[in-house]
Amino acid sequence: MNDLAFQLLLALDASIRLAAPLMLCAMAGIFSERSGIVDISLEGKLLASAFVAAAVTAATGSVWVGLGAAMLSSMMLSVVHGFATITHRGDQVVSGLAINMLATGFTIVVGHAVFARGGQTPALTDNQRFGPITLPFADQLNAVPVLGPIYKELLSGHSLLVYMALIAVPMTAFVLYRSRFGLRLRAVGEVPEAVDTAGISVFWLRYRALMFGGLLCGIAGAYLSTASGAGFVREMSAGKGYIALAAVIFGNWQPFRALGACFMFGFLEAMTARLEGVDFPVVGVLPTQLMQALPYLLTVLLLAGFIGRPTPPAAIGQPYVK
Amino acid sequence: MFKFLGTPPPLPRWAEVLLLPLINLFVAFLACALVIAAIGEKPVEVLWTLFQGPFLFPGNMGYTLYYTTNFIFTGLAVAVAFHAKMFNIGGEGQATLGGLGVGLLVMALGGSLPMILMVPLIVLSSAAFGAAWALVPGYLQAYRGSHIVITTIMFNFIAAAIMVSLLSGPMMQPGQMSPQTAPFPGNAILYKTHDVLHWLGIGKVAESPMNLSFFIAILALIGVWLLIWRTRLGYQIRAVGHNPEAAHYAGINVPRVVMLTMAISGALAGMMALNEVAGAQQRVILNFSGNYGFVGIAVALIGRNHPIGIFLASLLFGALYQGGTEIDFNYQSITREMVVLIQGLIILFSGALYYMFNPWLARLLYLVLPRKSSPEGAVS
Repeated sequence: MNDLAFQLLLALDASIRLAAPLMLCAMAGIFSERSGIVDISLEGKLLASAFVAAAVTAATGSVWVGLGAAMLSSMMLSVVHGFATITHRGDQVVSGLAINMLATGFTIVVGHAVFARGGQTPALTDNQRFGPITLPFADQLNAVPVLGPIYKELLSGHSLLVYMALIAVPMTAFVLYRSRFGLRLRAVGEVPEAVDTAGISVFWLRYRALMFGGLLCGIAGAYLSTASGAGFVREMSAGKGYIALAAVIFGNWQPFRALGACFMFGFLEAMTARLEGVDFPVVGVLPTQLMQALPYLLTVLLLAGFIGRPTPPAAIGQPYVK
Repeated sequence: MFKFLGTPPPLPRWAEVLLLPLINLFVAFLACALVIAAIGEKPVEVLWTLFQGPFLFPGNMGYTLYYTTNFIFTGLAVAVAFHAKMFNIGGEGQATLGGLGVGLLVMALGGSLPMILMVPLIVLSSAAFGAAWALVPGYLQAYRGSHIVITTIMFNFIAAAIMVSLLSGPMMQPGQMSPQTAPFPGNAILYKTHDVLHWLGIGKVAESPMNLSFFIAILALIGVWLLIWRTRLGYQIRAVGHNPEAAHYAGINVPRVVMLTMAISGALAGMMALNEVAGAQQRVILNFSGNYGFVGIAVALIGRNHPIGIFLASLLFGALYQGGTEIDFNYQSITREMVVLIQGLIILFSGALYYMFNPWLARLLYLVLPRKSSPEGAVS
């Protein structure tokens, strides 16, 4: 196994870890947006649940209780979003923005008041985190050429939440395309009147879609603070919710294509970290800050129709008036 | 009488313009009070500190007006776009680019021009860079069909990345390690208000970062009022906002109006850099836009997109910001980010949940207020 290939393997491994929270948030975004609700509050839900996961884990000592609390808190924010946009037909972008600001303020204020560490939560010990899981036979199979190292380095050794993220994608696809709920969910994002005429509650469908999304964002938040990190730091989500939103658009509101976008953005981030300060023969040192903006730039180009043409759900952004 | 149960009666105009926003604000502060109580402090006491903070010490008023200046610019930026039913959440990025424009201009010209020429150029440069950064999403919305909200969000991140790479690279002060430019020369700054008052002989005023851009902001308020309600373009902007199809049918070039509106909106956001970069810091520093672009949305929502409302809302937020530092000072357990929480609550209740209390208030007023008896008898 030559060194370059091994380096690439490690970069891909890092991409999976960086893409995991994006995947969960992107699936949350797909649930919400396919039902017709714009969700820029992915960022706020991610941040709030990261805080709750770390805080509850620190208080109870159980990372599972932390995960549950994170999912619950993120779901509650989804319900707030739904209450404003579905029940009261408020502007979906304004509501999302409000939730993002609430999350920023709330996590810092409460974190400061409870833990008195300037907005951080206490550092979690190893058994208060979701540690790496070694898949069966990873070490034994390492000797197998090519496939062995791929299995050991790339697939094995991630935390449980990464595997949950990887499962969330086919699960989302299955629910969307193979279940009755999914059929209705897609319909309500395209022609809500038809769903209403069929005697199905548009409101309740959209609420459920948002709540599903909340659960997934909660797992992503828990991943940030109890698996990838060991505690909460203020502004921890750092725009990941928005990148996930970009991935949703990039994936044309389809789970597997969004997964591809998440991998691409994760890989870009992994490479950015690796290439920092590396002097290349022709181009010199790459401006890493500009590389970090690449996901956003690509999304703008895509939206403008320069790379394919996205087709958002037809009824997105419009409140339903019965 | 039975109107009470069915569709609510219409809300009187004074109630919609004045009473409903106040109720929404009140509920937002009520929610905040609950959080304060949950933390274990006395809500009334903390909120009182927050409100009297701006007025308690000499100089605090200057700080309040300094923050107010930022909110006027970003609030106006959001409001102008709102009039054309567009949501410019790119104020953050446009302000960043405005600061970049100021920085590049000053670095290019240095101290070569007299102040009387330099200051107008700085104003123009901040507006032009901000306008350009908003023009691209405007173009993409008008001609390529991409949604302004998503594009402006993405542009915020791109602007931030550009700023970081420039400030830690070509624009960084030589010999320094922190990402900021060298201080501006004395001819390329907007004077602090306390200095000006001192020179004018109006006595010694406490020092604050408040500077002459406050007065530019006041001019911008008047300018926006004239633009929206007294010019042909303003009429077109409002027409496009009400109904783009009808506007098109009436012969208005809708894409052109969309782009012009975004350019004006971006120029206003970019001019926020006058206050922060040319006035207060007198150099370009990282993250000087400090979320003012986002809070501008709250300002426009509460100010109902009218310059007078925006001025009052900016004062409120300026006072809150200044009050936030007082809270930092007076309470161990509460930080100034309490203000961010309040902003979030205000956007939620005054923006997304704006009409939550509308039917109830309308019903209440319908019962309470004396009604003019209509000539045909009971029409209810």
